[in-house]
Amino acid sequence: MIKIAVASGKGGTGKTFIATNIFHTLLQNNHRAMLVDCDAEAPNAAAFFNIIETGRTEVTQPVPVINTDLCTFCGKCREYCNYNAIFLLPPAKIINVIEDLCHGCGACSVACTYGAITEKSVSLGQVIQYRTREYHTVIEARTNIGVLSPVPVIKSAIKMAGNNGDIIILDAPPGTSCPFIQTVSAADYVVLVTEPTPFGLSDLKQSVETLKIINKPFGIILNRADIGDNKVQEYMLNEDIPLLLEIPFKKEIAVLYSRGKLVSEKDPLFEKQILTVFETIFAQNGNSNYQW
Amino acid sequence: MEIAIISGKGGTGKSSLSAAFATSGEKVVLADCDVDAANLYLLFNPVHEDEEVYISGHKATVDASKCTNCGLCIDYCRFDAISPGDKIVTITEISCEGCFLCSRICPENAISMIPNDKSRMYSGSFRNGKMVYGRLAPGEENSGKLVNMVREKAKNIAKENGIETIILDGPPGIGCPVISTITGVDKVIIVTEPTISGLHDLQRATGIVTQSGRKPSIIINKWDLNPSLTVQIKKWCADNNFQVEGILQFEPEMVESMVKGKSIIEHNPDNKVNKEIKRIWNNILNNKL
Repeated sequence: MIKIAVASGKGGTGKTFIATNIFHTLLQNNHRAMLVDCDAEAPNAAAFFNIIETGRTEVTQPVPVINTDLCTFCGKCREYCNYNAIFLLPPAKIINVIEDLCHGCGACSVACTYGAITEKSVSLGQVIQYRTREYHTVIEARTNIGVLSPVPVIKSAIKMAGNNGDIIILDAPPGTSCPFIQTVSAADYVVLVTEPTPFGLSDLKQSVETLKIINKPFGIILNRADIGDNKVQEYMLNEDIPLLLEIPFKKEIAVLYSRGKLVSEKDPLFEKQILTVFETIFAQNGNSNYQW
Repeated sequence: MEIAIISGKGGTGKSSLSAAFATSGEKVVLADCDVDAANLYLLFNPVHEDEEVYISGHKATVDASKCTNCGLCIDYCRFDAISPGDKIVTITEISCEGCFLCSRICPENAISMIPNDKSRMYSGSFRNGKMVYGRLAPGEENSGKLVNMVREKAKNIAKENGIETIILDGPPGIGCPVISTITGVDKVIIVTEPTISGLHDLQRATGIVTQSGRKPSIIINKWDLNPSLTVQIKKWCADNNFQVEGILQFEPEMVESMVKGKSIIEHNPDNKVNKEIKRIWNNILNNKL
């Protein structure tokens, strides 16, 4: 069993393109694979498959409810809240919870010695389960619009995927901050998808630094390899980062993707290439008990 | 006037268009609010004039000489960031949300909170005005707060220098840093592309903008990648009463200009997309959106 995250610093370099195509290719080649879309702010992977929803779990967070009959407006809860989520005006006897800022840590409940704080649940989003016609699972993390952090929903989706099947593909959110870290830290190996442009390189460096800090093995798929310049290739050479695959820019690929179609279905050579890349990753990083 | 440019989906051309707008006329303050992956400084090479430390949050650390491994902090931590260890408790840094609760309830005072002080905010001059950009240290959080800091700085600089227009190049997605980018701005532009993912993310991005009580204007970039989906996006916008402000064709020279460290306007003033870009920008500035 191995978990592989497909990630990138810069958005729009082809994460979902790679994740959906490899998932499909693995299924075509009789691997027991699962796809988890962790880009909870902009989840798109499910649209590429003929799948049906089989379940939906609400992800919630506790937020405080303050009983003003018991509250003495002492201000201890505000002092304990490190997220400025409690608004307090003692002379006017006004106390409010700014739910958007609350992280649900429970510090205010601990602070209050008057029993004035209870908690309620608010929804952050859903984890949606789908299955393909062949009964393979796709899991999607989807935050509600207006929710500040996708991290709790991402965590729940990864938890739900558990350790089922042989290969779990995690389609990661862009960037290098908390949503990205939550996703890649669950993975055994990270495939970074980038493009050879100055923006691609700058964001790649950020991702590489982050992965080195958390000590994850990774390699790079260079998408649209023939556009831009060769600075990404030079950087990879200097840093000794393995190049897993180069994919040339083809307008046909962009057009297929735009329609929600899988390139691996139409292009056997491409299918073979990505299968080889991922099989090599499993062989070198996966569970040795897994039989190919 | 603050104009925010967002997209939902990454890679639709937000930053390239922000750069083009920033070099289309009058001087501007250009604020890169994609603090996770700031890129615009690569094109404009600003002369640094100011640097500020940004504290993105705190992380708990355990003092091994004080911790008795009693486990009370494990019970209180709601983020599963603390687990029992051999001699002392172990803190999983990536799970720690910096809420301070463990440090407050520890009977031995064994937990202290260390500030994350590796992130920076820079500001300076570029060839058509001033620039502000944040740089979140790898793996750090709370980028929304850094976006607020960037915007505050941009406003001050605009005032000091008598510059009217502030362009905010936003991050992808619809979460915390995006909400911080669009809150209270004068105009929100969403750049989309005719892909299934682009349309889906456009819908979520319009949701976040309308939730804040405003109406975004839409630019469809690379329309010729999928003309029929472009028609579908236009129809969806019309049905929902969002104005499509402009439609741009896929332009390979966009990448060339980026490699040369220029905006498309600077790289090739004669490129035919520039006329449309300038028309859109003039409409934005003249309050026609």
